[in-house]
Amino acid sequence: MALADKDRIFTNLYGFQPWNLKEAMARGAWDNTKDILAKGKEVIVEEMKASGLRGRGGAGFPTGLKWSFMPKEPPKDAAGNPKPSFLVINADESEPGSCKDREIMRHDPHLLFEGALVAGFAMGARAAYIYIRGEYIREAEVLFAAREEAYAAGLLGKNACGSGYDFDVFVHRGAGAYICGEETAMIESLEGKKGQPRLKPPFPAGAGLYGCPTTVNNVESIAVAPTIMRRGAAWFSSFGNENNRGTKLFQISGHVDKPCVVEEEMSISFRELIEKHCGGIRGGWDNLLAVIPGGSSVPLVPAKDIIDCPMDYDGLKAVGSGLGTAAIIVMDKSTDIVRAISRISYFYKHESCGQCTPCREGTGWMWRVMERLRTGDASVEEIDMLFQVTKQVEGHTICALGDAAAWPIQGLIRHFRPELERRIAENMPEAAE
Amino acid sequence: MADRYIEPDTPELRARWGNFAWTPENAEKAKDVLSRYPEGRQRSAVMPLLDLAQRQVGAEENTQGWLPIPVMEYIASYLDMPIIRVVEVATFYTMYNIAPIGRFHVQVCGTTPCMLRGSDDLISACKKRGMKAGHISEDGLWSFTEVECMGNCASAPMVQINDDNYEDLTAERLDKVLDALAAGETPKAGTQEPGRHTVEPVGGPTTLRDMVTENHDYRGEW
Repeated sequence: MALADKDRIFTNLYGFQPWNLKEAMARGAWDNTKDILAKGKEVIVEEMKASGLRGRGGAGFPTGLKWSFMPKEPPKDAAGNPKPSFLVINADESEPGSCKDREIMRHDPHLLFEGALVAGFAMGARAAYIYIRGEYIREAEVLFAAREEAYAAGLLGKNACGSGYDFDVFVHRGAGAYICGEETAMIESLEGKKGQPRLKPPFPAGAGLYGCPTTVNNVESIAVAPTIMRRGAAWFSSFGNENNRGTKLFQISGHVDKPCVVEEEMSISFRELIEKHCGGIRGGWDNLLAVIPGGSSVPLVPAKDIIDCPMDYDGLKAVGSGLGTAAIIVMDKSTDIVRAISRISYFYKHESCGQCTPCREGTGWMWRVMERLRTGDASVEEIDMLFQVTKQVEGHTICALGDAAAWPIQGLIRHFRPELERRIAENMPEAAE
Repeated sequence: MADRYIEPDTPELRARWGNFAWTPENAEKAKDVLSRYPEGRQRSAVMPLLDLAQRQVGAEENTQGWLPIPVMEYIASYLDMPIIRVVEVATFYTMYNIAPIGRFHVQVCGTTPCMLRGSDDLISACKKRGMKAGHISEDGLWSFTEVECMGNCASAPMVQINDDNYEDLTAERLDKVLDALAAGETPKAGTQEPGRHTVEPVGGPTTLRDMVTENHDYRGEW
């Protein structure tokens, strides 16, 4: 069960060939997009639902279902005119470990623009905004240039692809705030404000960007849509286990021989993925300590649980973690595991937007305790206290950043408590008694 | 939250930047930026315009660029919005420099995926050259920040210097890049690993090998 090259969606993933329109079309992008649109909104949404595609940005919400939440009849503004709807494409890829959307945007941007048209049409949107993280400077330059190409060729804009549908796509650059990857923070940021998440409800599908119906989708979710429409839901859902369908970009970083980004079948086992594409674990499989399988916010998984685990939503949930963005951070036995997690705590402290007190104060507090645990300058009771505090942050904030800060620490305590206690005992023998 | 402090508003700062206005070229760019947002929603343009202004300041000073208070005021009046809303945005997003900055802003990623691949060595290499956070080197060349995940994890460790990324670094490779920049050269951006193209496994891709040499169309095999 190996994914064949012909079934890979991102064939120019590594950028060996130009990203430009001419070459992208020769690879199959923008291939008769008019016919896809001619199928009609309902058919597209149903096909996406049937494909089993789940959102690739981390939460894993079924994409087709999300599209169907957009109102059929646009709500009216105060003057009685129908409000426009918007598609916002989340290209604010900032979750530590994640580096897949970057490859799509700099090497196959036309798949994203075509996807924007298909998705925008299916949900009745007037325009799409691609919100790309500020640090992706060269990648944004590619997007701006690819957009020009698509407009010049009549693929976007008025009567896009000759379909009779008017659809605009704009690129908006962020400026270095992780929190803007949260959908309502992204909308705030697009409106020219600080990126602080909104309370829900109202959900964006009811009142999002400029108070209009809005859907926020990840880059990868949007970019795979045209290929799914061309090859059919049955093709896409032939990969992966039930409820975890499709192909997926995996990003492997850390202590493997050859870190890389690769498109593989969902539900591939961790062992197969690493053996096939990454040249194995540095120092061999016995040297594997733990893996963070879905980007920094998911709990780590110890070696014994991950080795034969299917890399998908349900498989990783069963071992107490999650697929997230499929950003796999591998740690071998040379890793200072407490420092590795403490550095993630620092990340969340740095990126907290400061709106909710449990997160604003809690992320800094948790990081400071983690730093003391790193050196063993703590008492054993503080491990339990830290665990309790993570539980007080988790679920008590507007957005999931509080949860994301809590989970890695909970994972560390769950699986590496003896290591924490050992450091305390070594540093202060009297405190360990 | 990040610890950052805004450059104080002084008579000298006003004397230097009080007359800030778009260059003719940037005035055109600013108009294009405004056209991306619906009528009456011009406030959405505050982020791209702050970036543009920062770049214009940088071009004038031959630095990465930063945002003095009078420049923020210019943006506020350009977009017809209260100055505090502009300051709020400029201080919230870390890519806006709110204090003077050097010619090259060396941003070393120190988050876990880079840390696992040796970002400590890169930070030491920078410190050895006298770089430290919140400080411009005496020759005006270098500013240094340890930044959070830059999304180059499969080619870690990395630094971003102004607009370019340098990936797959070691202390020696970073030294070469910094030496080249100091000498006014343009070092090759991207991965510094010999033979590696982008984020394929080192030694050659395990998938899509046809693509290496030709723009292969796989549709015939569907």
